[in-house]
Amino acid sequence: MASKGRPAPSPGLLRQVDALARAAFPSGFTALAMMLAAPPVGLPGVVAAAGLPCIFFWCVFRPAALPPPAIFGLGLLLDLLSAAPLGSNILILLVVYGVATRWRRFLARQSFLAVWLVFCGFAAAAALLGWGLQALLGWELPPAMPGVVQVMLSAGLYPVLAGLLSLAQRAMIRAESAA
Amino acid sequence: MIRLSIPLRQALARLSLPMMIAAAFGVMLLGKADALLAERARMALADLLTPIWAALQQPVSAVQEVVREGQALVHLRRENVRLLEENERLRRWQAAALALEAENSLLRRQLNYLPEAAPAYTTARVVADGGGTYARAVLLAAGPLHSIRKGQVALDERGLVGRVTEVGSRSARVLLATDMNSRIPVTLEGSRARAMMVGTNGARPRLQHWPEGAIPQEGDRVVTSAEAGAFPAGLPVGVVRWSATGAPEVELFARLDRLDMVRLFDYGLSGILPPEAVARPEPRARR
Repeated sequence: MASKGRPAPSPGLLRQVDALARAAFPSGFTALAMMLAAPPVGLPGVVAAAGLPCIFFWCVFRPAALPPPAIFGLGLLLDLLSAAPLGSNILILLVVYGVATRWRRFLARQSFLAVWLVFCGFAAAAALLGWGLQALLGWELPPAMPGVVQVMLSAGLYPVLAGLLSLAQRAMIRAESAA
Repeated sequence: MIRLSIPLRQALARLSLPMMIAAAFGVMLLGKADALLAERARMALADLLTPIWAALQQPVSAVQEVVREGQALVHLRRENVRLLEENERLRRWQAAALALEAENSLLRRQLNYLPEAAPAYTTARVVADGGGTYARAVLLAAGPLHSIRKGQVALDERGLVGRVTEVGSRSARVLLATDMNSRIPVTLEGSRARAMMVGTNGARPRLQHWPEGAIPQEGDRVVTSAEAGAFPAGLPVGVVRWSATGAPEVELFARLDRLDMVRLFDYGLSGILPPEAVARPEPRARR
């Protein structure tokens, strides 16, 4: 008979499911984006290019949602999806995570354009590291052009993915402040 | 959930990144030490995701089709002029081909020539890009009772695409001829000289190791060679083009950027596989 005053808080189980969904969204969305990027569109390397923007975005704006073990899992998934040498993408994503979380206080205050520019730098560094690891693990100098293509793909995908993710991020903040 | 004290939890959180980086190096070593494990893990994941990709590929290819239709509409007039001209030329070739076919059958009758058996083939749909930044491969969806095996030769409607390198229960991976690790023995039809076609990850593989004095000529047709028993002789591969930097390249007949179906031919050959394919081709199943 609670007809007046504040509505009763949502039951514990529902709230837990809600919190769990919120915690699982960043890694789940990233994994989904990588898997959905696999169908052939006549352009190779889309899978790796789609994963990096998601991971960078969450590292800057919600680092608690993507702990290192989750990054490890996503890197392994990326390695298995894109025939890269096993472990190379794990290392690249962990390094991106390490640097992005260290700079996040600075980055989170910048405008969208500035963050995008910084992301382009990250994409270039990631591609360079990927090229180095490919050369080291394959013991053969790979051509440079595919790496450049990947950086441009990644940089082009960032605004689209970041736009989607910032919508989700705002909804999550609203849900958290309401709870 | 185990309850930990706050300082311990903070220490664990601080340690988890270095620990994960160490684990990444561990995975790298493992992948280097046991290539078969990586291959099995890849194919298990591909088998798992192939039904999703197969469903997803249809709307994607529908959109691509619409885009192509639009482009075709724009170039309709020019295309029509080109096709009329080509048709005229092909008519002359058809006459030549019919005459040659008649002559060929006459000569075969005289020589008691034993024709080669037509190879069996299966057709499979390309559902995903199986490569990455430094690899060119495609994933095929196969039924649960498929007869695809390693080492089969993949062709599209025009020419050579690549070879099957990994086979799962519901999917198979084809290493494209443009991949960095692809080495295909070819014959230059003009001079009958042998050469190697080496993938560079670009659209056009390079020609290497042709015999001295038999320099590949621009526009020369390239077909597979039976050297090393990896390919049957005479499959259409492409045309020689000299690049701007002065290297002979092969413009492939197959349209690798818009693969949707490939035919997998079982020639029953068991020659060398590309370097990263560790296992030998399995023998053809006896029925």
